[in-house]
Amino acid sequence: MTTAIQQIEMYLEQFTEFQRLSEGRAPRWLRKLREDAFALFCERGFPTTHDEDWRFTNVAAIARTPFALPLKNATPLVGSVLQPWLIKDAAIDLVFVDGQFVRELSVLPSLPGVSVSSLRQEFAKPPEALQLHLGRYLDTRRDPFCALNTAFAEDGAYVNFSRGVVLEAPIRLLFVSTASDVPIMIHPRNLLVFENESQATVIEEYVSLGSGPMLCNNATELIAGENATVSHYMIEREQREAFNISTLRIQQKRNSNTASHSLLLGGGLVRNNVHPVLAGEGGECLINGLFVGDGQQHLDNYMHVEHASPHCSSRQFYNGILDGHAHGVFHGRIVVHKNAQKTDAKQTNRNLLLSDDAQIDTKPQLEIYADDVKCTHGATIGQIEENALFYLRSRGIDERSARKILLLAFASECLGRMKPGLARTHAERLIDAHLLNVAAVSPGHDSADLAQSERERNWEEVG
Amino acid sequence: MEVPEQNKRRKEDQVNLLEIKNLHVTVAGCEILKGIDLEVNAGEVHSIMGPNGSGKSTLAQVLARRETFQVTAGEIVFGGKDLLAMKAEEAACEGVFMAFQYPVEIPGIGNTYFLRSALNAIRKYRGQEEMDAMDFLPMFRERLKLLEMDEKLMNRSVNEGFSGGEKKRNEILQMAVLEPKLAILDETDSGLDIDALRIVAKGVNAMRSSDRAMLVVTHYQRLLNHIVPDFVHVLVDGRIVRSGGPELALELEEKGYGWIEGEARATASVPA
Repeated sequence: MTTAIQQIEMYLEQFTEFQRLSEGRAPRWLRKLREDAFALFCERGFPTTHDEDWRFTNVAAIARTPFALPLKNATPLVGSVLQPWLIKDAAIDLVFVDGQFVRELSVLPSLPGVSVSSLRQEFAKPPEALQLHLGRYLDTRRDPFCALNTAFAEDGAYVNFSRGVVLEAPIRLLFVSTASDVPIMIHPRNLLVFENESQATVIEEYVSLGSGPMLCNNATELIAGENATVSHYMIEREQREAFNISTLRIQQKRNSNTASHSLLLGGGLVRNNVHPVLAGEGGECLINGLFVGDGQQHLDNYMHVEHASPHCSSRQFYNGILDGHAHGVFHGRIVVHKNAQKTDAKQTNRNLLLSDDAQIDTKPQLEIYADDVKCTHGATIGQIEENALFYLRSRGIDERSARKILLLAFASECLGRMKPGLARTHAERLIDAHLLNVAAVSPGHDSADLAQSERERNWEEVG
Repeated sequence: MEVPEQNKRRKEDQVNLLEIKNLHVTVAGCEILKGIDLEVNAGEVHSIMGPNGSGKSTLAQVLARRETFQVTAGEIVFGGKDLLAMKAEEAACEGVFMAFQYPVEIPGIGNTYFLRSALNAIRKYRGQEEMDAMDFLPMFRERLKLLEMDEKLMNRSVNEGFSGGEKKRNEILQMAVLEPKLAILDETDSGLDIDALRIVAKGVNAMRSSDRAMLVVTHYQRLLNHIVPDFVHVLVDGRIVRSGGPELALELEEKGYGWIEGEARATASVPA
C-alpha cells in the first residue's frame, strides 16, 4: 500500500508544480477543472486487475515508473525528422512534439468555417466555446487515466467546424514523442467540435522518435452535431517501450453519423478506449478497429457504447492479429438506457493467433435496460489456414508473401469499412508495410525473435 | 511390367520432363505410396486412374510439394532438377501446376489480384519483367473467354461463393494464365456436370502442346473421353499395377476396379 501512496505523492508533487507554473496563464475555470480531476485521480489511484474494466490489463508497470512532465522548450525538432510520417494532401497537419504544439512544423491553411488551433492558444481567448465542451463528456470518475489527463490538460488540438462545413481532405494530428533521459509522460487533450450538418475526417496519429519508457495518456472529446458526419482515425505507431492510454469520447446528437477507426500497430502496452454516447435519436456509430501485435505487446481495446436515445444503431467490428507473446484484449460493453427503444447494436471481434504463445481475451458485456432492442455479439479465434497458404504457394507465391496476402485479406475486412479517401489510403499503406513484417517473423519463433522479445518489457508481471 | 509398351509409343526426340523413381510416401506413419516409378515426357498426357484410397491424390500433392506428406524413399527429377528439394512455390516457379480437387476459398483477396501476383512471382523467379495491369488484362481476358468465364467473377474474392463448376474452371483458368510445364489435374472432373466438363476439357485440350506434359488424375473414365491421354496407369494400393494406352481406361470402365485389384492382390501374394 505504501507504494500506492508514494505514487500519488509523486503525482501530487508534479501537479502542484504544474499548476504553479501555469498560474496567470491558465484561466481559473481550467485550473478548477484540473483540481477536481486530480482529486478524483487521488481518490481512485491507478486501476488494478481487480477492477472489472481492467481485468485483462495490468498497469502496475505504469504505476511504478516515475514519469516526469517534459521540459519546456527542449531541443527543437527539424522538419526533416518528420519526413517518414508525412501524409500527402492532408488539409491541415498539426504537429505536437512531446505533447506541445509546434507551429513551425505544422501546416495550417485558413479554410472557411474551419477553425483549428492548439488548445493552449485557445485557453488564452475568451472561454465560451471551450468551457461549453471541455471536460463535459469525459468520464473522469470511472477512468483514473481520464482524470489524470484532465488534471494535466495543457495542450492538444482544438478543431471547430461551423454548421454545414464539409471538408473532404483529412485533418491530421501528429503526436511525436522524443527520446529522453528520464521517463516522460504526456497528456495530450483534444477537443473536436463538429456543428450541425458538417462533415469531416480527423486522423490522430501517435509516433516516436527514439526509445525508452514513456507514457502517452491522451484523451479526445468529439462532438458530432445534428446530421454531422465524422470519421475519426486513431493510429498508434509508437515504439515498443511506450505506454499508450488513449480515450476517444464521442458525443452524438440527433441523426449524426460517426465512425471510429482504430489501428494499433505499435506501442508496448496500449489501452484503446472508445466511448460513444448516442445522445440523440437516429444516430449511427461505427466502431471499427484492427490491432496487430507481436513480441511482448499488450493491446487492449475497451469499447463502451452507450445508447441513450431511441432509434440509434451501433456497429462494432474489431479484428486482431497476434503473434509472438502478444496479448490482445477486446472488451465490448454496450449499455442501452431505459428510453433507448429500437436500439440496434452489433458487436463482432475476430482474431487470428499466429503463435502458440499469443493470447486474446474477448469479453462482451451487454447492459440492457430497454425492452425493444436488438443486440448481438460474436467472437472468433482462428489461425492462418494451412490450406489457403499451400494454395497460394502452389501458384508460385513465396511463403512470406503468401502469409502477408492472407493477413491482408483478414485486415481488409477492417479497411473495407473505411470510406474511400486519403485517410483510408494512408491506413492501407501503413497496414501493408506492417503486415509484411509480421509475415516475416512467423511462424516458428527463432532465437533472434525470442531475444528481441526478452529485450522488451514484460507487461505480464504482476506488480 | 508394361513399360516397354509405354516406350513403344514414344517419339525418339522427346525430352524427359518428369522422372519418378521408387517413390515411397507416408502420411502420419501410414504408407500411402509404396514404390512408384513413372516417366513423363514433354508433350505427353498421362492419366493416373485408380480406386478411392489408392494414393492418386497423394501422388499429385507430393508433386505439388505439399509438406504434410513425408517422402521416405525414392526420388523425383523434374526438368533435370531434384523436385523433392523444392518448396511448393519453387516447384510452381519451375513449372509445376496442380489443379486442386478442392479449390480453396480465400475471402478478401480478389481473383485478378491473386492471379497477377502469382504470374509475377513466377516471372520474377525466371528473371522476366513483371507484368503490369495493362499488359496482363488482354491476355487474361482471352483466357477467360477460353474457359467461358464471366469477368465479373474475377472481381470477387478467390473462389468465394463460386459453384463447384466455377471453382474447377477457375483452376484451369489459372493453369492457362500460368502456363506450366507440368499440369496435374487432381480429380478435376469430380462433381462436374457434362457442360462444365466439356468446358474444362476444352480448356485443357487447348493447353496441350509439345513442350507441356499433363498428369490427369481421375477415378472415372468419363473425363478421358474428352481429354484423351497417351498413357493410362492404374494405381492400386500405392503401386502402379498396370500401364497402357487409352484402351486401358475403357477396359477399366467396363470391368471396374475389382478386376484389376484382384489381379494386383494375386501378384502381391506371390513371393518374390
